[in-house]
Amino acid sequence: MIALGASGRDPLDITLDSVRDGAVEMADVSIHPSTLEHQAQVAEAHANPQLASNFRRAAELTALGDHEVLALYEALRPHRSTAEELTTLADQLENRGAVRNAALFREAAEVYSRRSLLKR
Amino acid sequence: MNAPSPEPIGRFRFMDAQPVNLDGLAVEDPRLGLIAFDSPHDPAPSLVLGPEDTVLEMDSRPAAEFDVLDEFIARHGLDLDVAAEAMALDDVAFAQMVVDPQTLRAEVLRLAAGMTPAKLARGLALLRPVELGMAMTKLRARRTPSNQAHVTNRSDDPLLLAADAATAAAYGFREVETTVPVLGDAPSNAVAVSIGAAVGAAGVLVQCSVEEAAELEMGMRGLVSYAETVSLYGTEQVFVDGDDTPWSKAFLTSGYASRGIKMRVTSGGGAEALMGASEGRSMFYLEARCVALARAIGAQGVQNGGIDSAAVASSVPGGVRSLMAENVMVMARNLEACTGNDALMSESDVRRTSRTLPILLAGSDFVCSGFGSIQRYDNMFGPSQWNAEDIDDFLVIQRDWGIDGGLRTAGERQVAGVRTRAVAAVRAVYRYLGLGDFTDEWAAQAVDAAGSKDVPAADLMTPLVAARIIRETGLTMLDVVTALYETGFEEEAGRILALLKARVAGDYLQTAAIFDESSRVLSLVTDPNDYAGPGTGYFPTADRQAEINAVRQQRSVDDLRAEQAAYRSGALRAVGSAGQGADPREVVIGVSPAVGREIWLTLSGLTVVEALGELLAGLEEEGCVGRIVRVNGTIDLGLIGLTAARLSGSGIGIGLQGKGTALIHRRDLPPLANLELYSVAPSVDASLYRRLGVNAGRHAKGATPEPTRNPYSDEAIEARYHTKVVALVDIERRCSDPDRGVEDLEVDR
Repeated sequence: MIALGASGRDPLDITLDSVRDGAVEMADVSIHPSTLEHQAQVAEAHANPQLASNFRRAAELTALGDHEVLALYEALRPHRSTAEELTTLADQLENRGAVRNAALFREAAEVYSRRSLLKR
Repeated sequence: MNAPSPEPIGRFRFMDAQPVNLDGLAVEDPRLGLIAFDSPHDPAPSLVLGPEDTVLEMDSRPAAEFDVLDEFIARHGLDLDVAAEAMALDDVAFAQMVVDPQTLRAEVLRLAAGMTPAKLARGLALLRPVELGMAMTKLRARRTPSNQAHVTNRSDDPLLLAADAATAAAYGFREVETTVPVLGDAPSNAVAVSIGAAVGAAGVLVQCSVEEAAELEMGMRGLVSYAETVSLYGTEQVFVDGDDTPWSKAFLTSGYASRGIKMRVTSGGGAEALMGASEGRSMFYLEARCVALARAIGAQGVQNGGIDSAAVASSVPGGVRSLMAENVMVMARNLEACTGNDALMSESDVRRTSRTLPILLAGSDFVCSGFGSIQRYDNMFGPSQWNAEDIDDFLVIQRDWGIDGGLRTAGERQVAGVRTRAVAAVRAVYRYLGLGDFTDEWAAQAVDAAGSKDVPAADLMTPLVAARIIRETGLTMLDVVTALYETGFEEEAGRILALLKARVAGDYLQTAAIFDESSRVLSLVTDPNDYAGPGTGYFPTADRQAEINAVRQQRSVDDLRAEQAAYRSGALRAVGSAGQGADPREVVIGVSPAVGREIWLTLSGLTVVEALGELLAGLEEEGCVGRIVRVNGTIDLGLIGLTAARLSGSGIGIGLQGKGTALIHRRDLPPLANLELYSVAPSVDASLYRRLGVNAGRHAKGATPEPTRNPYSDEAIEARYHTKVVALVDIERRCSDPDRGVEDLEVDR
C-alpha cells in the first residue's frame, strides 16, 4: 500500500528539490486518516486493540489543526473545564465526525464530576 | 566524666569510606510506600463483571469507589473475553508460563491482557532474577535489541549538542533524547540534535523532553521525531499533581499518532513514594496500574524501571529486582519496553553494574532509556546509570558476553569526522536561517570537546535567540531540510526528510519501532521476537557480531610484533657461540630466544638494551664482570638462568626474559629453584634491574645480598598484561631453536 500524506500528496513526489522550492508543507508529510485506519488493523492483528483504538481516535484528529488539538488537550487536563464545557466540546467533535474523541470527552465529563476534577 | 563516643575500628572506618556507603538505603516502610513488592495495603486481585461487560469491582474495589486510573483501566484496558480464564489462573502456573520457553509469547500476552493490575503483579512478583531474564528474552516485542542516548549539555550549546548527537549516532544509539536546562532553548536543542544525529547515521529518532504540550507542539512542526515525556503515575493524587488525567493522556497519545509521530509513556516505581502519595501500596503494584493504564490509553510503549525515582526503588529490599520486573510487565502487556537504566541509582560502580547487567544480558527493546552519551556533568536529566565515562566499559561488556546491547565501536577518526561535519552543518543551517552565528574558535572547541567545560567560547545567548526565532517564525523541519540542502549537506537533508516522510506511512507508530540504518522499520510487526528457547530468537548476524567483538583496544600478535619492531636496534648483536667462563668474577646474563631478534621492549617500558645496561652496571658496582648470552634452546626462565650460571666463571647467572621477568641462579641448583626472582615484569624498573645486578655480584663474591621485595601494586596487572604475555611467549617459542645453542651477545651501552 502506498500511503498518501494528510494533504493527499504522494510522498514519492516529495524530494529535496521540491522542499527547497517551498512546494512542501507539513500536511504533506503528515499521516492520512486512512493510513491510521490501516495501522489500526495491523495493531489489532498484533493483539493490541487499545493501540488500534488510539489510531482510530488519531485518524479523527487529523482533520483538526495543531492549535485545536493542543486546545482540546488543555481542556481535558484537571480542573480546566466544567462538565458543560466538556460536553459542548464533545458535541462539537461529534459534529465533525470525531465520534470516538467525543466519547472520550463525555466519559471524562462523567468521571471528572465524580472525582472532583472539574473546573472549580 | 562521659566516655568519649567510640571511634569505629579501622576496618569499619575503611569500609565506611567506600562509595556504596554514600547510597541511602531505607528500612522497608509500607506506610510511606517504601516497599518493593506485596505491601500489606496492596489489594487482593479481583474482577467482577456486570451486564454488558461493565466492571463492578476490580482489585477489591467496587466501581463506585474507582479512582481515575481504575476507571480508565476498567473501561478500556482489559480483555474481558479472556478475563475469567486469566483471573482464575493460579499465580504460580502463570509465572511458569512466563518463563517456560515452550509456552509462546502470544499465549502469555493473551492471558496477561485479561489480568487486572494486582493479578499481573502477583504473578510476576514470583519470578526470581534469572527467571526475569528468561521472561525478558522471550517477551520483549522486538527481536533486535537497541539503545537510547541522552545528549544534553549545561549551556544548550547547539554546536556541542550536534557534535555529541553525531557521536551518539556513530556509537549506534537509535534514539537520542535531549532536554534543556533553560526551557526557552528547547526548539534550538531539538534542531541541533536532529542535525547532529543525521550526520552520525540515518534513521536515528530524536526527542526533546519538555512539558507535555510544548513537546507535542515541537513534534507537530517536525522538530522532533518521537516523544517519551508523557508521564503516568500509579495513584490519582500524583497523577493529578502531574497536571493530567488518564483522559488527557489518552487524548495526547492520539494527538501524537494523528501527526504520525511515535510516542511512549513514562512511569516507574518509587515515583509515588517520592511524591508522598503512595497510599501505602507497594511500588510494584502501583507500577502495575501505570502499565495497565499505558495499554489502556493506547500507547505503544513504556519507559519504566524506576526512571527518575530509580534510587528510591533501589533503596528498599528487592527494589532492584522490582525495577526489572516492571520492565517485564510492560513486555507482558505487549508494549515496547524502554527499560530504565536511566537515572543513576548508586554511587557504586559495582551496584550500578549489578542493576543493569541482567537486562543487558536478557536483551531489551531499549536497554537504557537514556544512556548518558555525554559526560555526567553535562547530563541535564542528571547523571545516568551509564555515561560517556562508561562507553568503553559497555562495549567491552557486550564483547565479554557476546551480546548485543545496541552499541558499536566508533574509531577516533570516525568520531572526529562526524563531529566536524555536525558542527559545520549546524553553523551553516543557523546562518542560513538567520538563527545565529558562531565563531571559528567556538566551532573548533566543540569538535574537540569531551564536554561543555571544554567550550569556554560558547555564548549562552545564542541558543536562546535561535529558539525564540524558531518559535516566532513558525519555522518547521522542512525549513531545516532546505537549509541543509542549500548549504551542501545533501545527505543529512535527505536523512531528515526521510524521517518526516516516514510519518506518512505510519509504520513506525507500531509497537517497538525503530529504523535500522537502511531506514527500514524494525518493530513488533516487522521484526517480531521469536524466542522459544536455546537456538531460537535473536542472534547477532556475523557482521554485527564482528562489530561487537572489534573493540578498539583489542590487539593481535601481529600488532605486538609491530610494536616490538619499532624498538629494534643494532645495539645488541650475536657474536658467536658461547663458551665456558673461567673468571671467578664473571656473572653470565642469559636472555631468552627472542631477545635481540623479535623482542626489544620489556613490559615495564624499558628496552631490553636498557635493562641489560642496568644489570651490567649493577655487576660492575660490585667489581664483577658481566657477559651476555642468548639461550636459544628454551623459553623457560629457570633453565635460561641455570644455563647462564653453568657457563659463568663464578657459577652465578642471571636469567632475563624478553618480557622483563628476571632471576638469579646458581649452577648447583635444580632448574626451578633460584636465588632471587623478580616476577612482576611490568613493575621491574631500572633501579630494580640495577639492584638485581648488584645482588648477583654479591652472590658471586659470597657477600650478603640486599633484601629486595617484589614491587606490589593493587592494579589489575594480569588484566593489563596477560594478553601481551601470551603474544610474547608465542614469539619466544617461535624463536626457540635448540640447534642454535647458546650465543654470546655484544651490547652497546
